[in-house]
Amino acid sequence: MILHPGILSLLCGSLITFLVMLFASWLGVRILLRWDMESSSEEQLLLERKTWLISTLLNYALGFQVFSAVLFVFTAEDIHQLFVGAMCATGSLNANLVGWLVLLVKGILLFAAAFWVVLNRLDQRTEDCPLVRPKYLALVLVTPLVGLDLYLQWLYFSGLQPEVITSCCGSLFSAEGESVASELAGMPVKQSMLLFFLILGSYLIILVACIISKMAALRHLLFIASVLMFFVSIGAVISFISLYIYQMPSHHCPFDMLQANYNYIGYPLYVGLFSATLYGMLPGICQPLRKYESLQREIDSVEKQWLLFALVGVLIFLAISCGQMLFGSFKLLGY
Amino acid sequence: MLRQLKILEFTLSSLLRRKHKNLSLIAVYTFTIATLGSVLFLTHALKLEATGSLTTAPDLVIQRVAAGRHDLIPTKYAEVIKKLPGVESVTPRIWGYYYDSLIKANLTLVGTNSHQGKLDLLEGRLPNNPKECAIGIGVSKAFGPAIGDNLVLEDSKKSRIVFSITGIFRAESNLLTNDLVVLQEMALRDFFTMSPQLATDLVVQVHNQREVKTLAKKIKYHLPDTRPITREEILHTYDTLFNWRSGMMLAVAVAALIAFCILAWDKATGISAEEKQEIGILKAIGWETSDVLAVKFWEGLVISLTSFILGILAAWIHIFVFGAPALVPLLKGWSVLFPEFQLTPAVDFYQIFTLAFLTIVPYLACTVIPSWKTAVTDPEHVMRG
Repeated sequence: MILHPGILSLLCGSLITFLVMLFASWLGVRILLRWDMESSSEEQLLLERKTWLISTLLNYALGFQVFSAVLFVFTAEDIHQLFVGAMCATGSLNANLVGWLVLLVKGILLFAAAFWVVLNRLDQRTEDCPLVRPKYLALVLVTPLVGLDLYLQWLYFSGLQPEVITSCCGSLFSAEGESVASELAGMPVKQSMLLFFLILGSYLIILVACIISKMAALRHLLFIASVLMFFVSIGAVISFISLYIYQMPSHHCPFDMLQANYNYIGYPLYVGLFSATLYGMLPGICQPLRKYESLQREIDSVEKQWLLFALVGVLIFLAISCGQMLFGSFKLLGY
Repeated sequence: MLRQLKILEFTLSSLLRRKHKNLSLIAVYTFTIATLGSVLFLTHALKLEATGSLTTAPDLVIQRVAAGRHDLIPTKYAEVIKKLPGVESVTPRIWGYYYDSLIKANLTLVGTNSHQGKLDLLEGRLPNNPKECAIGIGVSKAFGPAIGDNLVLEDSKKSRIVFSITGIFRAESNLLTNDLVVLQEMALRDFFTMSPQLATDLVVQVHNQREVKTLAKKIKYHLPDTRPITREEILHTYDTLFNWRSGMMLAVAVAALIAFCILAWDKATGISAEEKQEIGILKAIGWETSDVLAVKFWEGLVISLTSFILGILAAWIHIFVFGAPALVPLLKGWSVLFPEFQLTPAVDFYQIFTLAFLTIVPYLACTVIPSWKTAVTDPEHVMRG
């Protein structure tokens, strides 16, 4: 199973990323131990130069991580033909349940990576780099996660048995099962729509309020709203958005929309959701960092941009998920 | 945004200034990508070809297994299977292999009224008496006869039997009919000295595709010495086989990739004095480390993407225009009479994405440290000497 081209390149890519991260965290630990902003010794100068190496390494490694997440879903889609009964990525992931863990770890890594890159960029713009220690501590914490990702991928792909009969998405995301996924699919459409639009509406209102006003409490609220929106939206995709996209009242799969038959509509949908969540969370996360004067200036200069990105993201997500609802011929709610 | 574009412009002009060094790097990179890309494209095209031709394959093939090996199946088994509900038809097939010592190749001999599907791709007609045969284009090329000529085959008693050729299969059905010799069923039984109560295998057509698996189970239950093979299983096997083969080839080609990475590392580390001075001057006039790193990033991206596009084009031409002369013997099969076929150009986004991930990631990863070393160069140090 390992010799599938997609799997080979995933494992190679993850291995390289992990090695790069290991090297970076080794440098990071040295910086953590020896960093002294006041000193003007040669060692400190060398360390300051090393921070550039680390941030470049990390930018690459975390960029690879984004592509590897996409490639993983792509590969899971591609290998479904090898399993009897599997019809999309869900089937491939069910063939060895570790696959779901890989997906989860990749999701967490995606957010962690994005936060690290943004905070690092902020920090490097200042003169005194106040975030050096927390940054490299976070780096040392993220590295094992990348290792875990590599290990789980290996476990998943080496454990795949092409002959095993797996359940296709029709049975996992159908209304009768007992798993969380089928709980979501079985949720009454009206209630879940109400919840989805309620959360999304409040997210939008808070977002616009944040763009207008500079109040700190609003940023915290936006953070909470973003997290809520992310989970509710994932639930909504399984519960009813997918139904509108496939125009079928029983097809709840969140992966099929990534396939060519649905014009890859899933990619802009998930990218929109991801950026809305990420940029919605950033102002809240940066709130405690405002105590550093140098950072506060930097945060003020980019915050508006983040909020606009979040707005664009959420609008793309809304347009794609609700476009079919408003203009499509498929009607889910009774007259 | 505009700033990044300006940096890109600077990068391009500085790449052009060191034409020879960069062109040689791009040439090697392109070659590596073309090699890996050819493997991916060829297996993908072959997979499509195989699955495409298998769509006309029978739903279910029943073989008899004796002592763990494939054996001739009694034709009376067909009666048992015919009685199962859901079965549309059961046809015994007679076929076998024949090694011809003259052309040193294996031919596939098939009895008519048992070969289904693609027979309309025939020039001339199928044999209608025991002295006639129809042959595939590969056989015709190997022996050199045309319609109306004779084909001489030796049967198991070493006596020569002459068949007159009444038809030749057209090239479009190459993959299926290249090494084929079609005889009348009775003539083939005589040729192989096969008893009329036996057949090579049974072909079962099923009304409802969803029942194929259940029927296979039932047949296995009623006739325990048989091995039912569904079309689905054949398709999976082909898929797995081609994936395995291309993975195997890729694993071998990864050695080339590693060699290339070492070259790239070496090229990136050994920057010339001139280049060092350039960076020193840039930093002296106010460029920051991050700007130099951005230049290096764009440099890597420009080189990677240029080579990637050239490499994909080269792979595409190699596979779909020239028919993959370098790879075909390794990937297609083991048979000696090889079909020459034009592959249908089929490249999907997934192949390209996989290839990009497999080649660009290692290149970028191994040029990071050298480019950082360049970027942190001390201007004063460089310009002094």
